[in-house]
Amino acid sequence: MMVLSLVPRQGVSRVREIVTPLVAFVVALVIAALVLLAMGKSLKTAADVYVVEPLTTAWSLQEVILKATPLTLIAIGLIFAVRANRWNIGAEGQYVVGGMFGGWVAIAAHGMEGVWILPAMLIAGMAGGLVYGLIPAALRNRFGISEILSSLMLVYVAELALDYLVRGPWRDRTAFNFPKSVNFDAAATLGPLWEGGKLHGGVLLALLAVLGAVVLLGRSRFGFAVSATGEAPRAANFAGFNDHRLTLAVFAISGALAGLAGIIEVSANMGQLQPSISQGYGFTAIIVAFLGRLNPVGALVSALVLAILLIGSETAQIMLKLPFDMTRAFMGLLLLCILAGEALTRYKVRWNA
Amino acid sequence: MIELLPLILATVITAATPLVIAALGEHVVERSGVLNLGVEGMMIMGASLGFAGAVVLDNSYLGLAIGALAGMVMAGIFALFALGLATNQVATGLAITIFGLGLAGLIGQPFVGQPRPPIPALVFGLDPIVCLSFVLMVGTAWLLNRTRAGLILRGVGESHGSAHALGLPVLKVRLLAVLFGGLCAGLAGAYLSLIYTRFWSPGMTAGRGWIALALVVFAAGSVWRLVAGAYLFGAILIAQLHAQAGAIGIPSQFLSMLPYLMTIVALVVLSMAGRRGAGAAGSLGQPFVPDR
Amino acid sequence: MLKYLLGAAAAVALSVAPAAAQQKLKVGFIYVGPVGDFGWSYQHDQGRIAIEKALGAQVETSYIENVPEADSARSIEQLARTGHKLIFTTSFGYMEPTLAVAKKYPDVKFEHATGFKRDKNVATYSAKFHEGRYIIGQIAGKMTKSNTIGYVGAFPIPEVVAGINAFFLGAKSVNPNVKIKIVWANTWFDPGKEGDAAKALLDQGADVITQHTDSPAPLQQAAARGKFAFGQASDMSKFAPNNILTSIIDNWSPYYIERTKAVLEGKWASQDSFEGLAKGEVKMGPYVNMPPEVKAMAEATEKAIASGALNPFKCPIVNQDGKEVECKDALTDAQVTSMNFYVQGIDDKLPK
Repeated sequence: MMVLSLVPRQGVSRVREIVTPLVAFVVALVIAALVLLAMGKSLKTAADVYVVEPLTTAWSLQEVILKATPLTLIAIGLIFAVRANRWNIGAEGQYVVGGMFGGWVAIAAHGMEGVWILPAMLIAGMAGGLVYGLIPAALRNRFGISEILSSLMLVYVAELALDYLVRGPWRDRTAFNFPKSVNFDAAATLGPLWEGGKLHGGVLLALLAVLGAVVLLGRSRFGFAVSATGEAPRAANFAGFNDHRLTLAVFAISGALAGLAGIIEVSANMGQLQPSISQGYGFTAIIVAFLGRLNPVGALVSALVLAILLIGSETAQIMLKLPFDMTRAFMGLLLLCILAGEALTRYKVRWNA
Repeated sequence: MIELLPLILATVITAATPLVIAALGEHVVERSGVLNLGVEGMMIMGASLGFAGAVVLDNSYLGLAIGALAGMVMAGIFALFALGLATNQVATGLAITIFGLGLAGLIGQPFVGQPRPPIPALVFGLDPIVCLSFVLMVGTAWLLNRTRAGLILRGVGESHGSAHALGLPVLKVRLLAVLFGGLCAGLAGAYLSLIYTRFWSPGMTAGRGWIALALVVFAAGSVWRLVAGAYLFGAILIAQLHAQAGAIGIPSQFLSMLPYLMTIVALVVLSMAGRRGAGAAGSLGQPFVPDR
Repeated sequence: MLKYLLGAAAAVALSVAPAAAQQKLKVGFIYVGPVGDFGWSYQHDQGRIAIEKALGAQVETSYIENVPEADSARSIEQLARTGHKLIFTTSFGYMEPTLAVAKKYPDVKFEHATGFKRDKNVATYSAKFHEGRYIIGQIAGKMTKSNTIGYVGAFPIPEVVAGINAFFLGAKSVNPNVKIKIVWANTWFDPGKEGDAAKALLDQGADVITQHTDSPAPLQQAAARGKFAFGQASDMSKFAPNNILTSIIDNWSPYYIERTKAVLEGKWASQDSFEGLAKGEVKMGPYVNMPPEVKAMAEATEKAIASGALNPFKCPIVNQDGKEVECKDALTDAQVTSMNFYVQGIDDKLPK
């Protein structure tokens, strides 16, 4: 009854590995172009919005990199978890707690000077994410509770906790009772790397995380244990890592990186705590990790691709007057095409009756 | 207070019903070894197309059916990729969710701000879909645990390699399971836009698809645990609103956390009572490509 | 070669963008929700459409919807970069990003809704929704039989708190025995949850429901139980024609048209606008499903507020602790827009 069947390719060639995703991209673009033409929109403008502008103007290029930064950081952490066959669906919550802890340092240090403030914020953010990430790990180890459920539920808890704090104890008393914290001082703000630029130190930290992950996953005993647990739990035990400790470790790493992403965004982008500090980065990063085939460098590339799409969809609303939902549907379509393309690098498709 | 109980009970049941229906569908999907994270996307398509269909045909019952079918079509797309092309299930499910949220918004756009008349209650003040959800619970439990088809489905989910070796049609079983999951998610969505609140608005599923996924985990292999989890979640959701109306002085954010926290607490208690339940299906989330 | 290609592409991009923008004034909007929310963002978008209708060929408008408050600076700057000379940012959370972008684009005019920080090129605006809430409070006070009114709130921000107070003062002015029960949905927009909140209030004996969240769900739930409720943001009559009493309608059109004209005529200046029934920013839907004497009362109150004869927050105002709030004739606009206390008689507690 199956008319579609897959035949694995013997030895996938490099060329094919690079060409197929590009073909997938083109297919998605052709579909999108046909829809746009049918709506009577200018294809030239569309190409500008999604391809030319983000890759050629300094402003857009920097914005793309900034948008990719939290996605990369979180995705790197998720790669550790997924490779060890652990499901951290709650990176969003760890991101929020990271922003909350780091933001608390900024609020407590309000009015103070010192170069220690920013590092302290980043460390507090990482620590917050780490601790919050350990909760689902501990619940799994101690009570056998699936981390999928607990990490997801804890997202909502974190968001509500932050909401309470900025409306209550951490509210800026001079802000006419609006829900926001004080504006962070310059000493608590992650500023641009160079005068007039936009990129901040968080970008470097994200690159560092990619590098660290490449080394750790590729060349360390720990990296071996992580992948081994995912594939064959017993083998990891031989390498001297038990299942429980490994669960704690991968959740600590992904929690800390999500927390770091949170405080970077809060410090560099918002400069204050507010009721909502996220926009689903923790969930988008799951796609980033998988599109990057659980490879740190791959995650970096797919984070950049997603950032271009996200920003392009804003520009498309202005220049093409496309509704947000249209740009969102395009994005889903493109992701599906990329996934199909990936499948076609590995398999030949046969149609049989 | 006593005379309020039936009213409150009805509110709890209505709040839990979309979760129950969507989660039952996903439960079957996951038992067959497939992880479809596209529940939210299938649900919102059900809500949007279901409402659109009801308005265009001026018939809410047909709308419910159309919504269910819309969810199934989305599930079909998921199956084409995740089963047909063996793409990564997690990424495919998330892509389906994004695609669905966008498409549902586009389709629903002309229907914003339109009302629908209510669907009359069937028995005891319960609407027809609530009644259907009862049938669905019993039916799913029976199918999974008491029939040969259920045995095959669970076998396929436990180890697709062995199932294939035994000559079972792994992909066909999974396709049917995924389509059933889509049908349920779509129906749950249409329930939201046609019965729960009778209008369409973008994003109206508001994360219920994710809660349904969590409930499948809560179920730990048992349909009845799933149902209990959904009603527990609904009950706490409603209870915290009542607590607020009673002005008990606890910040509303803490009360709003309760449904999420209590779900975890319930699992801790179950675990301490020695009832961890079964784990996920052995082949969950792994693509299957038959060798020839 | 690559460099050349990129350069050429950039040149094309540059030549495309400003060409069309020469004559028309480009007006941009940032919305926090989807334009299809049929509530807050929807009403702002109605204002945008009204600008196009009123000023036709002189203007071109664009909007970006669903812009998260946590990452809005880029979206606002995108509008400024693409030649928009007047930009409305329509949610409180856009305050700091709007100010930051405004510093970089001194020749672009910005209008920020519901905030309190201004600059040379940043004006703020809000509307006196509490005036409408006083009227529906009076109607609710007359219509309730159980003397219990249910109130579904989104978040305890000053605008919502001022609304609750005005509503309660209105109800109290016609019915000294009235009680109010408040439930926070902790969301602006989740129809299911808003409806559940309304049901909880109805279960606890409320027979009139009012809401400060965006969807028609609470109204629908009240109607399903044969109780009364009000519409929010737009005229929601068709969702419960037999159970709606009236609606408080957000009407940004007059303000948006006025400010766009000011830019066209070169007369725009930074200011703080806080208008209500008098100038039409707040409108009332038809008064229906109520006895004629209640309708007459509501109409008289509306007229009195619009003419300035009646201020919902006229002195004395007594807070929950029984203390009189500092007050001369009536609370000032600043006191209203930063309101963080309940008036005497409300049981709920505000987060401190």
